[in-house]
Amino acid sequence: MDTQNLSPNAPIVVTADVRKRFGTLEVLKGINVKVPQGEVLCIIGPSGSGKSTFLRCINQLERIDAGAIWVGGELVGFRREGDNLYELDDVQIARQRRSIGMVFQRFNLFPHLTVTQNVTEGPIQVLGEKPAEAQERAHALLEQVGLSDKRNAYPAHLSGGQQQRVAIARALAMRPQLLLFDEPTSALDPELVGEVLNVMRDLAQSGMTMIVVTHELGFAREVSHRVAFMDQGQLVEIGDSRSVLADPQQARTREFISAVHK
Amino acid sequence: MTDTVYQVSHLTLVPRRHYGRMIGAAFVCAALAAIVHAFAVGQIEWNYVAEFLTVPAIMSGLVNTVVMALLAMVLGIVLGVIFAIMRLSHNPVLSVTALGYVWLFRAIPALLQLLLWFNLALVFPTISIPGIFSVPTVAVMTPFVAALLGLGIQQGAFTAEVVRAGLLSVDQGQYEAAQTIGMTRLKMLRRIIMPQAMRVIVPPVGNEFIGMVKLTSLASVIQYAEILHSAQNIYYANSRVIELLIVASIWYLLVVTILSLIQGRVEKYYSKGVASPANAK
Repeated sequence: MDTQNLSPNAPIVVTADVRKRFGTLEVLKGINVKVPQGEVLCIIGPSGSGKSTFLRCINQLERIDAGAIWVGGELVGFRREGDNLYELDDVQIARQRRSIGMVFQRFNLFPHLTVTQNVTEGPIQVLGEKPAEAQERAHALLEQVGLSDKRNAYPAHLSGGQQQRVAIARALAMRPQLLLFDEPTSALDPELVGEVLNVMRDLAQSGMTMIVVTHELGFAREVSHRVAFMDQGQLVEIGDSRSVLADPQQARTREFISAVHK
Repeated sequence: MTDTVYQVSHLTLVPRRHYGRMIGAAFVCAALAAIVHAFAVGQIEWNYVAEFLTVPAIMSGLVNTVVMALLAMVLGIVLGVIFAIMRLSHNPVLSVTALGYVWLFRAIPALLQLLLWFNLALVFPTISIPGIFSVPTVAVMTPFVAALLGLGIQQGAFTAEVVRAGLLSVDQGQYEAAQTIGMTRLKMLRRIIMPQAMRVIVPPVGNEFIGMVKLTSLASVIQYAEILHSAQNIYYANSRVIELLIVASIWYLLVVTILSLIQGRVEKYYSKGVASPANAK
């Protein structure tokens, strides 16, 4: 097995020289990151910098071309035997994804299911929880994200901010060890951004390990522990969030941050 | 100008008269009345229609029609779903095979396919797995079996295209969200993708079901005792051709009407969660 014995401070995510290409375009040029338990890491950078692709590689929505990713000490997407990495089959990949929650820019709630059913679908169908228990927990999670009154609504009748909060509850229902956020507020009307960021802030304070691709530099500064700046498929700079945002060491980071603040 | 022009409370709105519509409606009503009158005074013995409407031969023909339409449609839907999923597979062998199936069975007329299946014994005198069993093809390929295969398999080719369109109509984000909560491919199709695709699939499949009810009349050519075949057998004996054809028409109308009502119900079921005035609370 590739599972190492994890000490409490062992990183939840380790990526080693992760590379990805779409055709001839190399979108990730060797990314090395370690994310310890309980850390909130924000990834910022211009569009096309590869930050979303990197996030999607972690839960195998994209297959990496080289390098390796470990989540919770387990090699992701491959099985190692000697010096060979054997690609896992669909069932094994699906099992690995259970413990990695993901929140999308466009929410992607299941439109044919009610809010509660969206949250219970994974626990019942994938984890095999009893419907009554899953439902009770879904109601608690919906209360946590402030949507108790929308339990029986269908997604189409919710605002964007409400849909995104349901999506967060749906991800939490799987009891993930890691949450990935792919520009979670970019599709929202400006007045709805705050309610989603507040839920994420509460999650961060509860100790959830989170990787957040975002354009919200304010959120990155206040909530995240570290900020990583990506550009053209490379990790240009990573460090303490306040120092990276206030006093970036790299010229490209400085340019980006000043452009965003304009 | 004085302000009295703007005093409007005593004015009355007079709706426009639609003279064109009135003339058109009168015209259509006259034409309809003429058609009804023509049939009423035409050489149709309506009492024969009433008499033969529920005779046992017609009733068993009706049952055979409904059974054949149902089974052929079930076969068509099962094949359609399988070949649609194959068509969208990343495996080129599966996808090209599905393409070939649709190409072949959509191109050949249904009547011709029925005749081919019915005459399969000319190609393969026996059906056998060596050492296990062997039966003469004529014993297996009864009118019922030939009609079921012919109708069901050609229906599958059409349904495959409908199902494929339905699957493609579901947003890519739905696939990703289902994968993200750890669903396997089959569970994702069954729980997340198909229920959404059904909204697109049901209306055309309902349409094709109605087509299938009528297509079963082709099976009369290979001696399958569906309702048209029964009606023909009776009029060969008593020469009441038009009366018996009207009897069969009445039953087709009734069956198709019931199917249309069921289709409406099914469509409503699969429109759950769609934002529309009808669904808003």
